[in-house]
Parts: sequence; structure tokens; C-alpha cells
Amino acid sequence: MSKIEVKDLYLIFGSKHKQALELVKKGMSKDKVLEKTKCTVAVKDANFSIEQGEIFVVMGLSGSGKSSLIRCFNRLNEPTAGSILLDGKDVIKMNDDQLRQLRRTEMSMVFQHFGLLPHRSVLANTAFGLEIQGVSEAESYEKAREMIKTVGLEGYEDMMTGELSGGMQQRVGLARALTTNPEILLMDEAFSALDPLIRTNMQDELIELQRKLKKTIVFITHDLDEALKLGDRIAILKDGKIVQIGTPEEILVNPADDYVRAFVENVDRSMIVTASSLMFKNTGKLILEKDGPSLALRRMREMGVNRLPVVDRENVFLGFVRDNDAVELKKKDDRDLNKILIKDVMPKVAPDTPAADLLPLFIDKQLPLPVVDDDGKLLGVAVHSSVIAEVTGRDREEIIEIKNSGGL
Amino acid sequence: MEKLDIGKYIESAIDSITQHAGPVLDGIALVIEGIVDGLQNALLSAPSWLIMILMALIAYYVQAGGLKLARTKKGFRKGFGLAIFTIIGLFLLLWMDYWEETMQTLALVLASAFLALLTGIPLGIWAARNSKADQVIRPVLDFMQTMPAFVYLIPAILFFSVGNVPGVVATVVFSLPPAVRLTSLGIRGVPEEVVEAAQSFGSTKRQLLFKVQIPLAMPTILAGVNQVIMLALSMVVIASMVGAAGLGERVYSGILQAKVGLGFEAGLGIVILAIILDRVTQALGGLGKK
Repeated sequence: MSKIEVKDLYLIFGSKHKQALELVKKGMSKDKVLEKTKCTVAVKDANFSIEQGEIFVVMGLSGSGKSSLIRCFNRLNEPTAGSILLDGKDVIKMNDDQLRQLRRTEMSMVFQHFGLLPHRSVLANTAFGLEIQGVSEAESYEKAREMIKTVGLEGYEDMMTGELSGGMQQRVGLARALTTNPEILLMDEAFSALDPLIRTNMQDELIELQRKLKKTIVFITHDLDEALKLGDRIAILKDGKIVQIGTPEEILVNPADDYVRAFVENVDRSMIVTASSLMFKNTGKLILEKDGPSLALRRMREMGVNRLPVVDRENVFLGFVRDNDAVELKKKDDRDLNKILIKDVMPKVAPDTPAADLLPLFIDKQLPLPVVDDDGKLLGVAVHSSVIAEVTGRDREEIIEIKNSGGL
Repeated sequence: MEKLDIGKYIESAIDSITQHAGPVLDGIALVIEGIVDGLQNALLSAPSWLIMILMALIAYYVQAGGLKLARTKKGFRKGFGLAIFTIIGLFLLLWMDYWEETMQTLALVLASAFLALLTGIPLGIWAARNSKADQVIRPVLDFMQTMPAFVYLIPAILFFSVGNVPGVVATVVFSLPPAVRLTSLGIRGVPEEVVEAAQSFGSTKRQLLFKVQIPLAMPTILAGVNQVIMLALSMVVIASMVGAAGLGERVYSGILQAKVGLGFEAGLGIVILAIILDRVTQALGGLGKK
């Protein structure tokens, strides 16, 4: 069972939200509903589930309803219709006591502008969640100190939060959220207010932290790079509606519609797209033990290439043969491909190698890159043109054209 | 057409209150009397030099920014001036033989401000948390602030006859609005995200109020305290028309007898008191901050 399941969730702001809900369900657009009922449709028919231990990113532009959506999880916003099942229990049906218990022990939130208490020290801020629960000061401060250490703020316990930089303040926010030891962490644009450099640091540290803590994290962002970096899965939100859910690579390689495509266009794809999605799987290959030069040449002609990878019977990659060498070998009437096998082939690459790391490997080499799994078995080959195409965002034909015409 | 006579209805309303709510009014009068008399007796029975030193010390500590900072050089530099001013100012009043009047006025101001804050701050909290209450309270406050202050004296006399009590009542009514308004403003001004953060950790409404909203609104609430005290001081002079004792009484008799000197002397006393009270209450917001 999924950790969180969101079913048919609607969130509409405004006094006539019931009437607005009817209209939205009938298919009326957001603008029309606003015009007719003065109600804002923030979230429309959201359906998705979040697995235990994953970082689930909700991404969208400002006004897309992502912050409204995350506030439904702990009911800072009261959803208009639908259900949110947490371990099978519906959060929306909880009474005040149950809800308070949920907020105190199961879900914590990290805010864009930190939401810290300026009249309290770092330590007292971090202990806030436990203090609210009525935990003794000694105990809550002890746990808070531990968390402050975890987020790397040791030594700053007695400072006031206003004396800290933005990055440090957000560490306090994170420590405060973790001190109650919740299973679920809601992060609302948690790093958006930070400088780019500090932001990258915080992202790395969150990933590191998550490796240890294994929380279920719902992360809101408007930044696709951040979403791709952090997300195990990403949901893309547009006008309150989810347009696509998938892994970062799925979203990059198969954008669901023009909206997602427009998003994806400006991404540094080279860091996300990996060897496995840009390699050719059906390259044709030769099996060393049984195939000879004639077959090699014929297959090269079929495929329109001048070299083929060679494997053994177990599909373990051995090397490449080139057409010229095969012709020579055929002239000598020799059938042993071993003699013309180029063995000292450039590094073999793993399927999860990002495109950016593939590029340098092509320097001074004529041959494609073999993509192999952990056992050395051949999965496919990556060629220059497709890697360059991926990194630059141009298509292959375009690149070949540029190449033929002698550059730009 | 016969003229519309609102005054008649107000009169009859006041009449019926005096008739039916007599015991309640007596109770209120008793409490106010007790507070004012207690304060006046305390201030007047202590030797004047003790009061001077005490007030100078309070001024010094508050201006310096709290007990800790008062021992530092920086704190000394900040607190020193007002302390000296307090001593000199009060000594001047003692020398002019206005000590008793000054202490009476101080007692009236403190009693009125205390009562105004006691009712104003909870009302402000209520108005901040309940928009319906706010909609009702707001126009009432507007009314209270724009109605000429003298008008309050008339029902005050009818309810409580003459003396300190009607003076305090009129002063409380006059100085109440900023306590309500600034408390409400301060609480509404607490950043939404901080309130949400407190809620997201499962705060009850009470925890939210006392751990987050009031502490964060404190500077604004304290600005309200300053306003209340200054308004109370200005009203206490007017309240002397209904027999409230103190410096105001002297100013009033100065007016009646057309004695410029008398009015000016007493007025000077009010100015000195005003400066001390203003600086002290303004500095309250900075307590405990570096």
C-alpha cells in the first residue's frame, strides 16, 4: 500500500465553493468558474499516490496551486472534496484532536520563508514542536541539540534566528521539522528563497540526509532543475491540475504535453538523460564464436554502419570490428574475427551514466561507446551524434547537417 | 416638523442606567477609588527623594535595555541621560511645591492606563482573531476617538458624581482605543507563515496566541501602551473639570482665574511627567534586545 493516497482531491477558495465544485466537475474552466462564482479553483481532481521513503516533487509555476495542494496534506487548507489517505486513514475526515495529533507526530512542514520565531534562540525554535506536545524542556532540548547537530548547526544553539543567514535559518527550519521525528516531511518551496550556491548545497544535504533518515518527503518547487535533482518522482501541476507524473527521466524524455515540453526545453538535459535512454539497443552484434567476416559485412550494410560490437555467447561485450578490417580478413579467407577484434576499446559505460559524462569519452575516438551492465553484458551502444543531440537539444538530422556543411 | 431630538433619548438612556444599574456603578466606583487611592497614598507617603531615585532607576534600566545591559558601558551611555532628566525634572517640581499634585496626576494616569490596558488588550486580541468582533469594535472605537473628550465627562458625572472616579472613567474611555487597535494590528501583523508553522506543529489556539502571536506582536502592543499612557495624561488635565485632583486642577484654576503663571507652572509639570513617561514606555519595546 502506498504511504499517501490522494483521491479526487479538489480545493476551491471562496464562499460559494460548493456551487463552484459542481461547475468544475461539469467541466467548466477555472476562469469561467471564477467569473461566475468568484471562487478560485486551486486544486482540481488530483489523483496520485506517494510511496514510503520517496521524495515526491510537485512542480509548477507560481499560481499553479502547488502550495495550496501541499497545505491540504496537513489541512492548513481544508480541501473541498476528495480524500487523502495516510496509511489508509482519511486525513480529511479527522476531527480536531486527531488532526492535532497528526500534525504533532506524523507530519512536519518546512516553509519557504522559514516561519521561524524571531524572539527565540535556534535551540528553542528547534524544540518548538516537542514543546507544543508538552514534552519537558530538558528532553526536548536534548533532542533539539541532536537535530541541530544533524543539520550541521552545532555551536549556533544560543543564537537568535535573525542573526543567521538564510541558508542557516532554513537548516533550523529543517531541524525543527525533524525534531518531532515525523514520518512525512512537507517542504513548501523550502529552498526557493536561498542563494543559488547555498541552494545547491542544501539540496545535496537533503539527499544525503534522506539516505540516512528515509522519510517520505513531499517537496514543492517551481524550479525544474531542483525537481529533477531531488525527485524520485515528479508531478507537474498546471492550473491546479496534474498534467504528468513520472520519474525525472520519463518526464524529460516523454513530456506529456506542450506545457511540460516547454518546461523541459530549457533544462540542462545532459545531467539527467542517461546512457540507457540515448543508446541504440538494436545495433546488431556479432557473436565471436560463430560469426565470420562475411556475415559481419552484410550486417553492417543492413544497419548502415561501419563497425559492429562483438560479444561472446553470454552476451558479454568483447570489442568492435570495423568494415575495412573485415574486408581484409575476408580477402585472406580467414573466418576468425578474433584477429581483427579491437579489444582495447575505450571505457565501457554503465546505463545510468549521465550524457554530460559521456561526452568527454568521445574525444579522439572513432568508435561508439558500449553500454554494459554490471556483468559486462552488452545493453547497447551510444554514438556521438545522439549524445551531442541530447546535450544540445538539437535533433540528430540537424547535427549531421551542421557537420556536413562544415560547422555553423 | 418637530426637530429630531437625539439628546433626549441619550438622556433617558443614561437616566435609566443610573436608576437600574446603581449597585454595579457603585461597585465600579469602589474598585476605581481603591486603585487610585492606593496608588496616591503609596506615592505620597513615601519620601520624595525615594520616589525620585526609584523613577530615575526605572528610567535608567529601561532606557539601557534591561538589567544585563544596564551594567555595560553602552547601556550606561543610553540610560544615563533620562535618569538625570528624571532627577532634575522631579526636583524642579518639588522645589516649585508641586510634588503632591504631580504624584496625584501620576497615580491617576497609571490607574487609568492600567484599566484601559486591562480591557483594551483582550479586546484587541478578540478583534484580531474574530473578524465579526472586529467589524463591531472598529466603528465603536472610531466613535470613541472622534467624540470630543469633554463629552465623556457629562455621563461620568451622572454615573459617578464628582472626584477622581469620573475622571478616571472618562480617561479610560478616551485612552482605550489605541490599546485595542494596536494590539489587534500587532497580532494581525504576525507573518502568516509563522502562524502556519505553529499550526503545522499542532499548536492549540491558546498555544498559538501565547507562544507566537503575542510575543511577535509585543513591539506593536507596547507602542499601544505608550499611546494609552500619553492619551491618559492629556485627558487627566481635562478630567480636573470634574474634580480629579492633581496638576490638571491647577491648570484649570489658572484658566478660571486668568493666572498665566499658575497655569504655566502646572503645565510645565505635565510636560516633565509626559517626557519621563513617554521615554520610559517607548523604551519598553527594546528590552532584552541588543
